[in-house]
Amino acid sequence: MTRDDFAGYAVPAFTLGCGLAFWEGVVRWFAIPPYLLPAPSVIIATLFTDWATLSTSLWVTLSITLKALVAAVVGSVALAVIFAQSRLVERAFYPFAVALQVTPIVAIAPLLLIYLSPAVAVLVCAFLVAFFPLLANTTLGLSSADHNLVDLFGMYRASRLQQFMLLRLPSALPYFLAGLRISGGLALIGAIVAEIAAGSAGQGSGLAYRIVESGFRLNIPRMFAALLLISIAGITIHVLLTALSHWLLADWHESERGREG
Amino acid sequence: MTRIVTFPSTGGVSRSKARAPALATFKGVAKVFGNQVTALTDLDLEIRTGEFLSLLGPSGCGKSTVLRLLTGLAEPSRGEIVWSCERPEFGFVFQEPTLMPWSDVFTNVWLPLRLAGVSKDKARPRIEEALAQVGLSGFTKAYPRQLSGGMKMRVSIARALVTRPQVLLMDEPFAALDEITRLKLNDDLAELQSSLNATVVFVTHSVFESVYLADRIVVMAARPGRAFAEIAVEAPPIRREGFRLTATYAETCRRTSAALHEAMGEAPPSEILE
Repeated sequence: MTRDDFAGYAVPAFTLGCGLAFWEGVVRWFAIPPYLLPAPSVIIATLFTDWATLSTSLWVTLSITLKALVAAVVGSVALAVIFAQSRLVERAFYPFAVALQVTPIVAIAPLLLIYLSPAVAVLVCAFLVAFFPLLANTTLGLSSADHNLVDLFGMYRASRLQQFMLLRLPSALPYFLAGLRISGGLALIGAIVAEIAAGSAGQGSGLAYRIVESGFRLNIPRMFAALLLISIAGITIHVLLTALSHWLLADWHESERGREG
Repeated sequence: MTRIVTFPSTGGVSRSKARAPALATFKGVAKVFGNQVTALTDLDLEIRTGEFLSLLGPSGCGKSTVLRLLTGLAEPSRGEIVWSCERPEFGFVFQEPTLMPWSDVFTNVWLPLRLAGVSKDKARPRIEEALAQVGLSGFTKAYPRQLSGGMKMRVSIARALVTRPQVLLMDEPFAALDEITRLKLNDDLAELQSSLNATVVFVTHSVFESVYLADRIVVMAARPGRAFAEIAVEAPPIRREGFRLTATYAETCRRTSAALHEAMGEAPPSEILE
């Protein structure tokens, strides 16, 4: 292990450990009751004792997030490809995409709950939040191919399809992946926010609903446990998408260039 | 008004191909862009089969536009370009290497053949030949970012050569490189051209590069872009490093430099007038 690796993992682990120990110590020293602030040890214990309930909810939230993300990827890439073919189409539809993006999802959720079943409404909310960064980035990426390369393709009489497959798509890949990393996190946030909106109507069994429910019952340790699971889910999504991005770009993109390169 | 001045030759051995038949002839070609910028006016220019022609001029003189017109990427606004044969196969080298960063050297050089539908295996011998010509055998698996600026430019030249083009168009290919790399690439290009059976049109703003490489230099003037003077380089067909030390080289540089100053509407410095 080099010095940099040590600093990279050990130092944050140490500060995290200190923080948790301090939290544990304060709760025990002042004998703070768990319905006000549970100690980390109690939260971990709750995670195990309530695992059956929490894991079901975790799965519900994760599957909504994943479905929303996949739908956003498919939808945004398809729309970006259409936008790339014609400026006119882009001009015509972009305002709708922007309008959907800038309107806060919490404000749209109650409306969607009127038109759609709660499960579908939650999915649509998460989709809407994840959709726009992907669309904006992919559209930008598809139009940022090196113009000299575009000329070169023209000179060698490349077909539209060849130009698209060999030039525009690879040029767009780093932009798409940057969008995907943002959207991965946003899909989870969208799912949670929509679940809270829908949960107030007595529906859903995702992690957000567990938090709301635990709040009503003053089961604060379970609230923290659910929160912890959401954080872990978010971090996992981020790490996986970063790894995917690294795997796809490691050979060639400047963003993956190490200091030694 | 177009003014073509041909300077008298000072002797020496001329390359026989300098008097070769015309491959393409620009007849009163003008190019006006959509924003009313006139890139070229009334250009009369002959490109001769097998020659190394250098287009020399300040920025804005339309020398890059000449290359775009040749490839057909742009159409003349007035006048015409007459080809003596079927429109030939082109190779093009830009000022930047213009490689696909996501592809290794092999795949980058493969591109022109790939676009023409040649499979990887069928293209392999041609790709290896082109890479050998630029001295990059054994670098097929490298990615552009692992290469130096000079090496990237060599890959770009290999890509231009892989179709065995009849016409090689180069748009200030070495302008962004450091002096040492540039001299080395000039030497290698001089040697390469003598082994290639291609016509080269080389755009540059370097007098020394022009004289070292070209059979014929057309000096262009800017605003509006036009041909201003023409200089034949009377020198042995295969240039070697030592050519830079000859009196012919110095004399041709002096004349070319004087013509360039005149083209830019300035009085040449007194040292080169004597």
